Amino acid sequence: MNDVILKVENLSKQYRLGTVGTGTISHDFNRFLAKVRGKEDPYLKIGESNDRSKKGDSEYVWALKDINFEVKRGEVLGIIGKNGAGKSTLLKILSKVTGPTTGAIKSKGRIASLLEVGTGFHPEMTGKENIFLNGAILGMTKKEIAAKLDEIVSFSGCERYIDTPVKRYSSGMKVRLAFAVAAHLEPDILVVDEVLAVGDAEFQKKAIGKMQDISGENGRTVLFVSHNMAAIESLCSRAISLKNGSIKFTGNTNNVVNDYLNDNFFKNRKIEFHDIEYAIGNSNLKIMYAAIENASDKRKNAIIDVNSSINLRLKIINLSKENEIYVGYDLLTTKGEVVFGSGDKFKCKRNALSEIVCHLPPNFLNNNQYQIFIYFHTSNMIELYKNRELLTFEVKDVKREQSYLGKINGLIRPKLKWTINNDQT
Amino acid sequence: MQKDKWLFEITPKNNLFDLNLKEVWQYRDLLLLFVKRDVVTLYKQTILGPLWYLIQPLFTSIIFTLVFNNIAGISTGNIPPFLFNLAGVTIWNYFKECLTATSDTFKKNEAIFGKVYFPRVIMPMSIVVSNLLKFGIQIFIFICFYLYYFLNGYAVSPNKFILFFPLLVVAMGMVGLGLGMIISSMVTKYRDLTFLVGFGVQLLMYLSAVMYPLDLMREKLTNLEEGYNYAWVVDFNPIAHLVEFGRYILLNDGSYSNFGMLYTICFTIIIFFLGLLIFNKTEKSFIDTI
Repeated sequence: MNDVILKVENLSKQYRLGTVGTGTISHDFNRFLAKVRGKEDPYLKIGESNDRSKKGDSEYVWALKDINFEVKRGEVLGIIGKNGAGKSTLLKILSKVTGPTTGAIKSKGRIASLLEVGTGFHPEMTGKENIFLNGAILGMTKKEIAAKLDEIVSFSGCERYIDTPVKRYSSGMKVRLAFAVAAHLEPDILVVDEVLAVGDAEFQKKAIGKMQDISGENGRTVLFVSHNMAAIESLCSRAISLKNGSIKFTGNTNNVVNDYLNDNFFKNRKIEFHDIEYAIGNSNLKIMYAAIENASDKRKNAIIDVNSSINLRLKIINLSKENEIYVGYDLLTTKGEVVFGSGDKFKCKRNALSEIVCHLPPNFLNNNQYQIFIYFHTSNMIELYKNRELLTFEVKDVKREQSYLGKINGLIRPKLKWTINNDQT
Repeated sequence: MQKDKWLFEITPKNNLFDLNLKEVWQYRDLLLLFVKRDVVTLYKQTILGPLWYLIQPLFTSIIFTLVFNNIAGISTGNIPPFLFNLAGVTIWNYFKECLTATSDTFKKNEAIFGKVYFPRVIMPMSIVVSNLLKFGIQIFIFICFYLYYFLNGYAVSPNKFILFFPLLVVAMGMVGLGLGMIISSMVTKYRDLTFLVGFGVQLLMYLSAVMYPLDLMREKLTNLEEGYNYAWVVDFNPIAHLVEFGRYILLNDGSYSNFGMLYTICFTIIIFFLGLLIFNKTEKSFIDTI
């Protein structure tokens, strides 16, 4: 059954950089002239892809370029991407807050967005009055809201305060009330942007549960944008990853999430600087060299396997007044789980290059992607320098991958001693 | 084929005349709730509350009477000068409130417009409707003074055209809304206009027959012996006609011209639809420029 509910075709969005002000009259005038003569907008051509770290030549930039995708009825689609990849722009166009520059979105159902809960709450009005106002802003009629009022109030858990002005609410209560209204909308397509980041753990659980109900039981379509890979993986069946305004990868959620993490994290197993001017660090300390090395295989850039031993090698210059420095690091997976932390105190000669090596045994880390969060303290635990993503690396399990066996569960992968005694009677 | 049946499309270039009034109708509950919000929340934490609506026109009328009638000696015929001014100020105020309150729609509601979609035109429309309440209070105080003067033997009586009074209010609202929508659309790009509105509205009041009879102004502006004729300043000001017509039906005083009325009606309708079109065009993309 080809039940496509939402279709995005060649969608692009252009933004003007810099301040909008002087110069716009002349641009407006040129645009107008071109329009009169039946030509295309003269400023549309000079846009370029949106890479914020590179300086471009033109004043106009494509926040989204040639986006194409389809969503089927009842599907939960995750949208991921770095900051500035175009996620929010896409959602804004989907929720009609702003228009596209070219392309089209075709929809078979009503779209409602949950871009930010509590939009339009008036502090002087009571909770109940705000439920009506907020519901109407989100597109419900008064009748629909009245029919669901009890349900909304009890979901929010604010029964006691419902006739009190919202300005007396705690911020958590406002969020609960707002989410309750939004969750009881009945659009065909619901667009959700990071709303789960607010509220306490209990409420988050309730909210995720409600979202699962919306898509599961009621068969409604949800577009979910988040930086939380775990939430994306648990909620979505399919995902899209955006990069610099274009779709980079689309497909099964696990593949997209892995691809995204690969792209963004598995970059630097080694950093090296020859000039102290460019080295990372601060006035206390500079890191000239940092690498994860395969100690079992000396070849350059050798793949790290689960049975390789690993050296974390650091070359630092101590610029502080301390003679003794505490060096430590946490090893985390790229999804953010801490595997372990380790550290030690060193006599560190001032203004000289010191080499520090930490040795990790073989058969210790599972195959996964890891990052090193490094920190340097004085002996009195005063922080000298820290870097959350100093190095990232991947541990592979070559043998199992070749034989198509699945990954063994767990953060670590110890080789334990097993015994058997067959002569038991 | 079934596949091509879309409920709606979001595309960049839309028809200029695609006003989507059906959608506005679907959101009528929202309009009422916005009106309710404005009314309910206006006097929260003020001491005098709605009294402020009375103080402003009363004092303005007193000052006008002092300056224009007592000092400058403008004659208002049989009508007590205070009542004359109060009528002008009351009618003018409704227009002014509609214009100034709607002229910063986009800027003021940037936060909410940036988050959710609803037909933007709901917002200025709700402002015009909730201003009716304020206008109602002011008309009430006008009627009180009207009765006071009537009982004290002044020859004040309404005209038979009093039946057109609701139409006058609608016209005032429409001009205010139309101009307000045009200005608010332009403010998104050119902020200078915010300054112009505050100042311009004040200037416009002096050209709108609020504190003098229209005929008197016309007379003073025309001097055929010296060869100048500036009467067009008031003749082509639809607000002056509306204020004058309002006084004509309320106090049975002043002039009424067919040309003036016809011109004003055309102007009102044109400016209202022009405002709708420009506003409609701006709402698609203003969030990128504001």
